[in-house]
Amino acid sequence: MELRFTDAEVAFREEVRAFLAAELPDATRQHLISGKSPTKEMVVEWQRKLNKKGWAAPEWPAEYGGPGWSPAQKYIFREELQMWPAPMPLGFNINMCGPVIIQFGTKEQKERFLPRMLNLDDWWCQGFSEPGAGSDLAGLKTKAVLENGEWVINGQKTWTTLAQHADWIFVLARTDPNAKKQEGISFFLVDMKTPGITVRPIITIEGGHEVNEVFFDDVKVPANLLVGEVNKGWDCGKFLLGNERFGQARVGASRERIRRLKAIAKETMDGGRPLIEDPEFRRQVTEMEVELKALEMSVMRVIANETKRAGTGKPDPTTSVLKIKGTEIQQGVSELLMKAAGPYAWVDGDPDAEGTNEWDVAPDWAFGLAGIYFNWRKQSIYGGSNEIQRNIMAKAFLGL
Amino acid sequence: MDFDLNESQALLQDSIRKSLTAKYGFENRKAYMASETGWSREMWAQYAELGLLGLPFSEEDGGFGGGPEETMLVAEQMGRHITLEPWFSTVVLGGGFLRHGADAALRGELVPAIAAGEALISLAQVERQSRYDLFDVTTTAKKDGEGYAITGRKGMVLHGDTADWFVVSARVSGGQRDKGGIGLFLVSAKTPGVDVRGFRLVDGGRAAEVDFTNARAHAVLGDAEGGLPILDRVVDEAIAALAAEAIGAMEVVHNMTLDYLKTRQQFGKVIGTFQALQHRAADMLVALEQSRSMAYFATMAAQGSDAVERRKNMHAVKAQIGRSQRFVGQQSIQLHGGIAMTMEYGAGHYFKRLTVNEAMFGDTDHHLRALADAGGLVQAA
Repeated sequence: MELRFTDAEVAFREEVRAFLAAELPDATRQHLISGKSPTKEMVVEWQRKLNKKGWAAPEWPAEYGGPGWSPAQKYIFREELQMWPAPMPLGFNINMCGPVIIQFGTKEQKERFLPRMLNLDDWWCQGFSEPGAGSDLAGLKTKAVLENGEWVINGQKTWTTLAQHADWIFVLARTDPNAKKQEGISFFLVDMKTPGITVRPIITIEGGHEVNEVFFDDVKVPANLLVGEVNKGWDCGKFLLGNERFGQARVGASRERIRRLKAIAKETMDGGRPLIEDPEFRRQVTEMEVELKALEMSVMRVIANETKRAGTGKPDPTTSVLKIKGTEIQQGVSELLMKAAGPYAWVDGDPDAEGTNEWDVAPDWAFGLAGIYFNWRKQSIYGGSNEIQRNIMAKAFLGL
Repeated sequence: MDFDLNESQALLQDSIRKSLTAKYGFENRKAYMASETGWSREMWAQYAELGLLGLPFSEEDGGFGGGPEETMLVAEQMGRHITLEPWFSTVVLGGGFLRHGADAALRGELVPAIAAGEALISLAQVERQSRYDLFDVTTTAKKDGEGYAITGRKGMVLHGDTADWFVVSARVSGGQRDKGGIGLFLVSAKTPGVDVRGFRLVDGGRAAEVDFTNARAHAVLGDAEGGLPILDRVVDEAIAALAAEAIGAMEVVHNMTLDYLKTRQQFGKVIGTFQALQHRAADMLVALEQSRSMAYFATMAAQGSDAVERRKNMHAVKAQIGRSQRFVGQQSIQLHGGIAMTMEYGAGHYFKRLTVNEAMFGDTDHHLRALADAGGLVQAA
């Protein structure tokens, strides 16, 4: 046990910062500091720079293009990107579908898709949830039937994040209607340009277009685009969701938001003095910071543990702890940011849209904070709701 | 950064675990508590034999050169068995004062005796008005020839009724809440002018109210008017040990609760099948895992040389673990139901220990407020 960062790890942190300073366009950084999501162009440009550097997929094994980092390095890299802030490597490619292909895919699938994932030549999206299959994901009804050596998919997916940008979608579909529900599902890779796919936007409560419905109407998928074994897709799905939870901790992102919150609270007046001097407000911020510090160490522990679990194909049940705490903190901080804006939080508008404060109706910094607060309520719902995480812990970890 | 135990750390953990598992069951503990000292001399001798009492001291001083990670391991095991012996008082606090405040001659005099289990030290710091402020001191130290004479009343002196030595915080100059002018004085329990009244604590431990009346100090630890930084540093290290102790106790009581949920039947099924109880148990696990992370952080942060940063980090440790341990303790009682309200069942004893541990050197509210007043952990952008 050696509970400190080594000199080499400290030097690595400096290297990451230097790379960020040299390579990330300032316009992208300022865009993110204002609380907006990065545009597709920003994400693609940055992902390609990371790929050129060999840093596109921190968690992948070196043989597939990962940088071969230690757990501490992986942690430092994520934290520095989030704190800068910079766009993260695209999660659908790097933390969701990529690891599934590495773990369960064929040689041909790996050669065909992984390099293009790294370079964001293909933007992937996730076809899991359905109108009737949310928390009970295994209840999904989208069907795939083998006809003349091709799979034919029919059904509907929903909450498909950024499907409007996507070139490919990974899909869970039922391949054996007679099996027990987890046992008749397969994992497919589907080209979004295939005839029969329709994408329809869903506008969420803050006014943004982030998620979509995706309809499959006789969509033909070549047999070599099924990952792993037929009817074993649930294993891929569970594996993927375990990795997803880990990414949801977003410690660096929360730290960046708290830094922003404190800067705002120094400028904002409340009762004739800066808001940051209000003991009740300050205490609420401090509670977030304290829990975030613990989460930071929890993430490091899980990363260290994941290296040991590598190849077992089983997610660490404590990733549920990261999901619950990470989302609670992010939601809590978004709420404090909105509160800090006071009445100026009330201006309506999509926080991601450009130029929406052009009439100067509120301070620039306040614009969209309520929208982010509303939008982030999704965090405790997606990726397996926080209640589902508790079910998982009770079963997988506590033996209840 | 490496969370795995190395070979010698694994051996250390294993040896304490074996010893405590064999000799620190519920009935053993009850008997130790009922004995004259309120703890076991036999176990103390065994800790000495295992090398626990000399662990954090350098080899030149007669110790084994263990670091904060080793102290963390020992503390966690002590917490798992909610031990009663003065390990925390003598080795963590007393040892801390010797390492950070004593010269080589004094260390040479005391460390071998501590390592052998022959000398016990207690910190005499709390006063009626001081609450959790280490600098709030009215006890005085007056120059008396070459040395100092101590006068004042100290409360909640942990294991004070069996101590051979007291480390006393006393004021040489300045007003009651001045941060300067405070010294740390080593006073023998046998010195005339030391009156000790021992009592039992709610968690089964022992403490004493100690009156010092012109009691002559054996030695000054560090500068006679600049003792506060040493006290702060030792307390910061002690907070890391308390954190690890809390983890040990929380884990045991959580497991006890899980076992109960898996066996207790009501409405014709084991109560662990009820989702309301499952989610509560999961929330306890979240609290425990976050606290375990914080205990690692505490061990790391207590080594920091920047006193301001270190103190802020320890505020965060106490605040996070404090809230978690209260939650885990209270819920372990709740999920058990009536049985955990009885003296004959283990859970309540862990709950009581966790309750006292939470408030030691400042409760959750104290540390949260102090951290908020100090600007928190994260700098404004």
